[in-house]
Amino acid sequence: MTEPPSAGPGPVSKIVAGVLLVLPFPVYLAVPSYAKITPRIAGFPFFYWWQLLWVVLTAVCIGGAYLLTRRNDGGVR
Amino acid sequence: MKDVKGLELTIFVFFFAAVTVVGFAAARWRRGQTLMHLDEWGLGGRSFGTFVTWFLLGGDLYTAYTFVAVPAAVFAGGAMGFWSVPYAAIAYPIVFLVGPRLWSVSHRHGYVTTADFVRGRFGSRGLGLAVALTGILAMMPYIALQLVGIQAVLTVMGVTGSGLARDLPLFIAFALLAAYTYTSGLRAPALISFVKDTLIYLTIIVAVLYIPSRIGGWGHIFDASQASLAKPNPATGKPSGSLITSNMTHWAYGTLALGSSLALFIYPHTVTGALAAGRRDVIRRNAALLPAYSLVLGFLALLGYMARATPEVAQGVAKAKNPQLAVPLLFDHAFPQWFTGLAFAAIGVGALVPAAIMSIAASNLFTRNVYTAFLRPDASPAEETRVSQLVSLLVKVGALVFVLGFDKSLAINLQLLGGIWVVQTFPALAIGVFTRWFHRWALLAGWAIGMGYGTWTAYDTSSPTQKHFGQSLADIPFVGHTGYIALTAFVFNIVVAVVLTLLFRLAKVPDGTDETTASDYTADADDRPAEPGESGDPGRELTPAAG
Repeated sequence: MTEPPSAGPGPVSKIVAGVLLVLPFPVYLAVPSYAKITPRIAGFPFFYWWQLLWVVLTAVCIGGAYLLTRRNDGGVR
Repeated sequence: MKDVKGLELTIFVFFFAAVTVVGFAAARWRRGQTLMHLDEWGLGGRSFGTFVTWFLLGGDLYTAYTFVAVPAAVFAGGAMGFWSVPYAAIAYPIVFLVGPRLWSVSHRHGYVTTADFVRGRFGSRGLGLAVALTGILAMMPYIALQLVGIQAVLTVMGVTGSGLARDLPLFIAFALLAAYTYTSGLRAPALISFVKDTLIYLTIIVAVLYIPSRIGGWGHIFDASQASLAKPNPATGKPSGSLITSNMTHWAYGTLALGSSLALFIYPHTVTGALAAGRRDVIRRNAALLPAYSLVLGFLALLGYMARATPEVAQGVAKAKNPQLAVPLLFDHAFPQWFTGLAFAAIGVGALVPAAIMSIAASNLFTRNVYTAFLRPDASPAEETRVSQLVSLLVKVGALVFVLGFDKSLAINLQLLGGIWVVQTFPALAIGVFTRWFHRWALLAGWAIGMGYGTWTAYDTSSPTQKHFGQSLADIPFVGHTGYIALTAFVFNIVVAVVLTLLFRLAKVPDGTDETTASDYTADADDRPAEPGESGDPGRELTPAAG
């Protein structure tokens, strides 16, 4: 991959963005870790509120990766 | 035959009529110089911004069938049916990585379909054809299943009858859909998706706030469902399901989520929606914004438990022997008639948007990668568009014949197979946007192995009601757990592709030419002076241009 000459994201930003994008996979694929009824929140068993919460957190992770890899001119990596 | 519910049906018909008007009017919306170009008819002018794309892709990915089938799965099996939530979450990091690169290279080279890209990247019409046929095969039953969603709500509204009287409403709905897709192309579903998604969000938010308060709160819903799921199922003598996954089902749950997430962004209808975006950034932003729909999907799935926890609804479903009716019956039971009409309109209109986009995607694949690639290499953009329009009509007639002429389970089986098949194009397509390391014939061989293994294994599965194609799960060889067939087939696909690539390179088998360059994959809207009406495949002349 050739890098565009304009101010692109630095290596640290890229690594952090990569980690953010990978993070939801181990969380969701470790199924036994959340296959539990308790603790409940507002009647929701853990299994359900944990997965719904991570839908929001996945969006936050992707949003973070987006901001980290944005070029200054509004363009992208 | 039950009595027809007048008010529900009136509201349902009103929204159907309204979106039909919107569908025809869409031809004039953001109009380009001509509609007779695939960039216009098939991709809405490649000009949609973040907002329109969010509605379009949301309307595209979360189909009427999803709205009926996901809660039905939770209703019938408990936690196992909830796998579509992790799927709809982890699909988006993949979209974020693959989507912008696919958009850029397609923008640069005027690619309209996934198979266009694969052909250009690997210099192989054959590999392009394999990807195109896989896509068309996967689209057909998916379109047919959208009709199942409409059928479910029509049944609950009392439009049952027999013979022609029963099928006529479906026939009219699809005829209108076919007509405005023909005239307006992708602009029709784009505009209608605003109506669809507004109705869907409204329905789900009201359902999630209102129904639990009526039937005793979320705690009660889960407890009652747990008790009900634990009772032995008369068909198998075992419990129907449980509130959380067990040691037996962890693997199935995880592999279904991961395998399906690979497929999400390479389905032809998704790519069609994504390539209609006007800027690269639109795809990146939408990868972060689309999970809002996944959250809605999660709550929607839980409607299955609400249906189970409401004895009248659970009995109704048991009597009809059709879990697909769980959500329609729940709405009918819990809401006042006028709101039920609105909710049913949401499902009905929710069928039209994806059906339109899927038929456009299938027609574009046929036109570009079968017709132009093999039969008429000199086809003009106007001719391509005419062929696509005609094929989109054929595709819908085919879907209608499919649902009316055959047992519904055939469409469901084929859609299940479609998911398995589409994943087999992941190496050429989604890995292809990052690297050209794989040899084109190795990719073709891997694809064939994946398709063959997946189809055969799915054929071999049974369920209490079916001898073949009973489910999408089977034993994973060498692992000793049950998992999603698509993912196992994908692993075989990759292994074959890697081994053969090494062998072909050793034997110096000629590799095709790559018409793309590294900078194409990061190009943005202003990197190519796009002229409306320009010839469909400017790739070769433009390739050497620096980014």
